[in-house]
Amino acid sequence: MIRSLPNSPVYKYTYRFYVICFFIFLVMPLIAIAVLAFNDSSSVALPWKGFTLDWFFANTDQRTGLLADDGLIQSIFISVKTAFYVATISTIVGIAAALLFEEEKFRLKGLLYFLALTPLVIPGVILGISILLSSTLAGSYIEQKFGWDIAFLSPSFWLVVLGQFSFGATYVMLLVGARLKKFDRTLEEAALSLKATRLQSIWYVTIPFLRPAILGAFVVAFLISFSNFNTTIFLIGSDPTLPVDLYSRIKFSSTPILNAVSFLIVVFITVAALLSLFLNRNKK
Amino acid sequence: MENKKSFNITFYLLIIPVLLWLIILIVLPHIDLLISSFQSDSDAGGKVFTLEHYAAFFQSKIYWLTFVNTAAYAIGITILAFIVTFPVAFYLTKVISKKYSSFLALLLLIPLWVGELVTVYGWMIILGDHGVINEFLIYIGLIDKPINMLYTNFSMSIGLLYISMLFMVVPVMSTLESLDDSLIEAASDLGATKWTIFTKIIIPYSMPGITSGGIIVFMLVIGDYVAPDILGGKSSLWFTEQIYNEFLSTFNWGEGAAFGFLLLMISSSIIWLALKLTGQKLEKVGS
Repeated sequence: MIRSLPNSPVYKYTYRFYVICFFIFLVMPLIAIAVLAFNDSSSVALPWKGFTLDWFFANTDQRTGLLADDGLIQSIFISVKTAFYVATISTIVGIAAALLFEEEKFRLKGLLYFLALTPLVIPGVILGISILLSSTLAGSYIEQKFGWDIAFLSPSFWLVVLGQFSFGATYVMLLVGARLKKFDRTLEEAALSLKATRLQSIWYVTIPFLRPAILGAFVVAFLISFSNFNTTIFLIGSDPTLPVDLYSRIKFSSTPILNAVSFLIVVFITVAALLSLFLNRNKK
Repeated sequence: MENKKSFNITFYLLIIPVLLWLIILIVLPHIDLLISSFQSDSDAGGKVFTLEHYAAFFQSKIYWLTFVNTAAYAIGITILAFIVTFPVAFYLTKVISKKYSSFLALLLLIPLWVGELVTVYGWMIILGDHGVINEFLIYIGLIDKPINMLYTNFSMSIGLLYISMLFMVVPVMSTLESLDDSLIEAASDLGATKWTIFTKIIIPYSMPGITSGGIIVFMLVIGDYVAPDILGGKSSLWFTEQIYNEFLSTFNWGEGAAFGFLLLMISSSIIWLALKLTGQKLEKVGS
C-alpha cells in the first residue's frame, strides 16, 4: 500500500496505470492548445494541415497573428496592469490583516477574522454583482447629493482592481499568516526591550522574516488577478482584461490566435513553475 | 507610557486598512445585494419594497429547476472530484519516491495557474466534432461519424471537474503528508486488509483536508460561469447564467440581486452543513 509495504504486481500496475491516466487527463487540454497553435489552418480544430508560425507573426488580410492584433496586445497590457495593482494593494492589506489577527488582541476579532475568510466561500459572481450594486448606488447617491461624477464608481479599470482586491487580500493574509505562525515572538520582544518601537520591531524584525512568504503571496495575488473572470466581467468598463477578451473571442470568433495566446500563457506558467522548483531545490 | 502609546498607533495602522477592506468591499455590498433584491422602481421614481423578484423565481419553473439542477451538479462534481483525485493525492504522498513527487505535484499546479478560460478552451478543442478525440477515433477506424460530445452536460461536467479538482488535491496532499506511515504499517502487520486500512485510518485522518477541498470545489463549481457557458449546451441549465443574463443582457438588476442572494444562501448553507457534519470550523478551511 505504501512504499515500505509489499504489494501484488497487479495492484501496483493498476494503480500506476490509473495515475498515468490522470496525468494524461491533466495535460491533455494544455497539449492540444500548444500543438494547434502551430496548425496551418484557419479553424481551431483538427485536421492538422502543417506547421506554421502565422498565428504569432502573420499580418495579412486573411490572417492576423498575435503580435499584429492590437486589441489582444492591449488586453494583455490591461491585465498585467490590473494584476500589478491588485497584487500590490492585496499584499499591503493582507500583511496588515495577518499581523492584526496573529499578534493583536481586540474585541470582535473572531467576527472580523470570519469576515476576512468569507471571500474563500463566496462565489466570485456574487462578489462581482454585489460590488457592482453598491458602487452604482454610492455613485448615484454622490451625484444627486453633490453633483460629482466619480468615475471609478461605475464599471471601470479601478472598480475591477477593487473587486479583485476584495478576495486577493484573503489569500495574501492566509499565506503570510501561515509563515507568521512559525515566527519566534521572542525576537520581537527582544527588539522592544532594546527600545525599538512596535512599528520599528515590525519593520526591522518581523517583515524581513516574512519576506519569502510576502514575495510568494504577491505572485499568487498577481496570478489570481490575471486569470480572474467571474468577478471581473461585472465590473469591467470599456477596456477588457485578457480573460474577458478571450471569452468573447471564444464565444463569437475563434481563430487559432486564441491557441497562440493560450500557448504563451501555458509556457510562461510552466517556466515560472519549473524555476520555482529549481530555486527551492537549491535552497535545500 | 511611550511604549504603550506607539503600540496603539501600530494597532490602528493595522486595523484601519483591514476594516476599510471588510466594510466597504465585503459587508456593505452584501447588504446592498439583500436590499436590492427586495426593491423595485416605483412610478414616482423612488424605490419601493417588493417581493416580486422572489415571486418571479418561485413562479417560473425554469428558474427553480435550474437552481436545483445547479446545486445537484455542484454536489455531484464535488464527490466526483474526491473520487478521481484521492488516489492520486495518496500516490504522490505515500507511494512514489520523494524524488518524483515534488515534480508531479508541481505539474498539478500548472493548469491551476494557467487559468480556467484557457483550460476550458482546451477542452473545447478536444471534445468538438473535429476535436482531438473524434478525429483520433475516426483515424483508428473505431467510429465513422463524430460522436457529439461538445455542448452537452457531459462536456460541461468534464470542464467543471477539470477546473475544480486540483483544489481538492492540494489540501488532501497536505494532510496526507503528515500521516505517519507507521500507523499503516502497524495495521498491516496486525492483519488489516487494504480496505480496512483505507476506511479506518486513511480516510478519517485526511478528513480535514477532504472537507477544505470539498468546500472550495463546491463553491467554485456552483459559482462558475465559464465552463457551463462555453462547454455546456443550450439545455444545460446553470444558475449563474441566469444571474449574468439579468445583469448584463436584460438589466433587471433587482431580479439578478434576488437570484444572487439565493445562490449565496444555498452555497453558504451547504458549506455550513458540511462544516457541521465534519465538526470543522471555517478557520481551518483557509489553512
